[in-house]
Amino acid sequence: MYKIINKKRLNSMVEQMVIHAPHVATNCEAGQFIILCTNENSERIPLTIQDYNREEGTISIVYQVVGYSTLELSKKEAGEEIAHFAGPLGVETAISKKKRVLGIGGGVGAAPLFPQIRKFTELGTECDVILGGRSDEFVILEDEFKQVCQNVYCATNDGSKGTQGFVTDVLKELLDKGNEYDEVVAIGPLIMMKAVVGVTKPLGIKTMVSLNPIMIDGTGMCGCCRVSVDGQTKFACIDGPDFDGYGVDFDEAMVRQNMYKKEETHICNLTGEVR
Amino acid sequence: MNRSLEKVPMPEQAPDVRNKNFKEVALGYTPDMAVEEADRCLNCKQRFCVAGCPVNVPIPEFISKVKERDFDSAYNIITQENALPAICGRVCPQENQCEGKCIRNKKGEAVGIGRLERFVADYKMEHSDISVQKPESLPHKVAVIGSGPAGITCAGELAKRGYQVTMFEALHKLGGVLVYGIPEFRLPKDLVEKELQKVIDLGVTIEKNVIVGRSMTIDQLKEDGFGAIFIGSGAGLPRFMRIDGENLNGVFAANEFLTRANLMKSYEFPTSPTPIFTGGKVAVVGGGNVAMDAARTAKRLGAEEVYIIYRRGEQELPARLEEIHHAKEEGIIFKLLCNPVEIVGQDGWVTGIKCIEMELGEPDASGRRSPVEKADSLFELPMSAVIMAIGQSPNPLIRMTTPGLETQRWGGIIVNEETMATSKENVYAGGDVVTGAATVILAMGAGKQAAQAIHESFQN
Repeated sequence: MYKIINKKRLNSMVEQMVIHAPHVATNCEAGQFIILCTNENSERIPLTIQDYNREEGTISIVYQVVGYSTLELSKKEAGEEIAHFAGPLGVETAISKKKRVLGIGGGVGAAPLFPQIRKFTELGTECDVILGGRSDEFVILEDEFKQVCQNVYCATNDGSKGTQGFVTDVLKELLDKGNEYDEVVAIGPLIMMKAVVGVTKPLGIKTMVSLNPIMIDGTGMCGCCRVSVDGQTKFACIDGPDFDGYGVDFDEAMVRQNMYKKEETHICNLTGEVR
Repeated sequence: MNRSLEKVPMPEQAPDVRNKNFKEVALGYTPDMAVEEADRCLNCKQRFCVAGCPVNVPIPEFISKVKERDFDSAYNIITQENALPAICGRVCPQENQCEGKCIRNKKGEAVGIGRLERFVADYKMEHSDISVQKPESLPHKVAVIGSGPAGITCAGELAKRGYQVTMFEALHKLGGVLVYGIPEFRLPKDLVEKELQKVIDLGVTIEKNVIVGRSMTIDQLKEDGFGAIFIGSGAGLPRFMRIDGENLNGVFAANEFLTRANLMKSYEFPTSPTPIFTGGKVAVVGGGNVAMDAARTAKRLGAEEVYIIYRRGEQELPARLEEIHHAKEEGIIFKLLCNPVEIVGQDGWVTGIKCIEMELGEPDASGRRSPVEKADSLFELPMSAVIMAIGQSPNPLIRMTTPGLETQRWGGIIVNEETMATSKENVYAGGDVVTGAATVILAMGAGKQAAQAIHESFQN
């Protein structure tokens, strides 16, 4: 059993948990993920690591309550335990010192982006970040990013924070103004990552994305998380979750994400409230 | 002496009943049936059956005890050589091993050695407490990676001798392929749990949710004071055919389909929250045990029609005879000498499978006649799902993260065949991670050999 040390609500749909899991905290690096089961017979949920503390043996995760299994997790409080917590899984992000890097985090995608940007900064890279969300409340971790970035820009659909529009609108604006980046790291919904690559690829700006497809074991065993990259089938769990965005077949990934849509019950049907 | 040319029939659930439930198909012998079948054994001097057994179970000896109704002694004789008889009695390919060598094959059917092994193990579990004595502890620490057949056997053998064994498992449940791969209707999971409990009772420490190769490396385990390490991480990397359409929704690796059903119990969806594809027309590509398991699982989940698509013929099907027989009885349709060339779809979902007819040519390296495409024989079958069961490669996580560990080009860890020692000092490996997907009993044999070699290494 793995104890929940702390739990924080980041907005009406997104929560953060700090979980005691020394076997993960000892060796994990930015870009890797974990798989948890809330209770003994729960679904296995893959989540990218948001932060870790090696001394205390803890891992922070950020999740959006969207369906049965994340709602089940959300019912657990600090001091309680979750049944299973496996990891770290996936390949750590290859991070080396660059002159200037731009991070783009859409919604909960800001969480896995955070340790990557922090590591870039620690190596002496100058980092900017664009955070996106539906509205003000859905932009998360802004304060944390401010600690490790030169500039933090925001984009919201309704304009309640930062630029009204998409993260790509801010991206285009930054590039139009002559900002130069050696690399863009984009993590968020598939449609956002696709749109970012749509902007950066014609300009030849290297763009890394992190994928979060449907998975079961996370060790290469089930083959459920396959994704086409440069026309080749890769397993996101052992070859990723980071991939060069230029090669990713986002359209296929979006279809695959909907494999169990029929079976998955949306949160509105579970709680009766509109989210 | 029972002169019947046929085995005493095994009671089974009726085909049209069992293909709608996940309960065990074969129900096992009663004591009387077991004695009657045991009476067919000629107790021959040459003991061909023992030579056919990868772990050398003294078969005529245990069968003699069954004849005498001394089932306890029969159990003790089997477990001298085989720690998991209830499992092996159910899943070993007996027709290629002990029973394949049985002299009674010359006229009629072999003695039902597998059925008798299963009976003896089940009888013991049901009628007596198989408590084990925890031995006095030795100062040496051994790490066993993976809790499948190879790992369980290696851990059990070493724990019996008093070594401090820690068994690491990547998943949240113990048992490896016995739990995620082989379906409940062929190998009940409570039985696997009981076998595992014996190993735990011997004092083996269990670390679940730890992925060696990620959570920690082999070298870190050595630094942590493990004097020997056994890698039994299995063949967990599904192969695909690399044909068009394989990433359509509705195409699954058999591993995924079976893991959802077996490990995650998604046949109880929504009571169990993990979803699985149900209904429709399902094609399973491949002819091994995994293919039979996937096909029969799909049928039980309500598929209208389930096809086995296999490129060679009936004789070449690598699955156990009993599984093929059961699959046919349950209504699985066999499309033999037929190979998929493309999976077709619409809007991202499978709608059919395009195949070509095959014929058998000259024998290939494996000794089997190799299939060749027949000209102008393309045809398409409408399908709503396709399950790929064409084999698994060794899991790559450990070889990717262990410098100095030599592997074959196809990924198998290279070992000394006597000792299971790898190229890395004090590191041993066995089971599917060495051989590629093979059988439970071969993995157990390897685990046992490695345990012996590890024990000897500590004596020096």
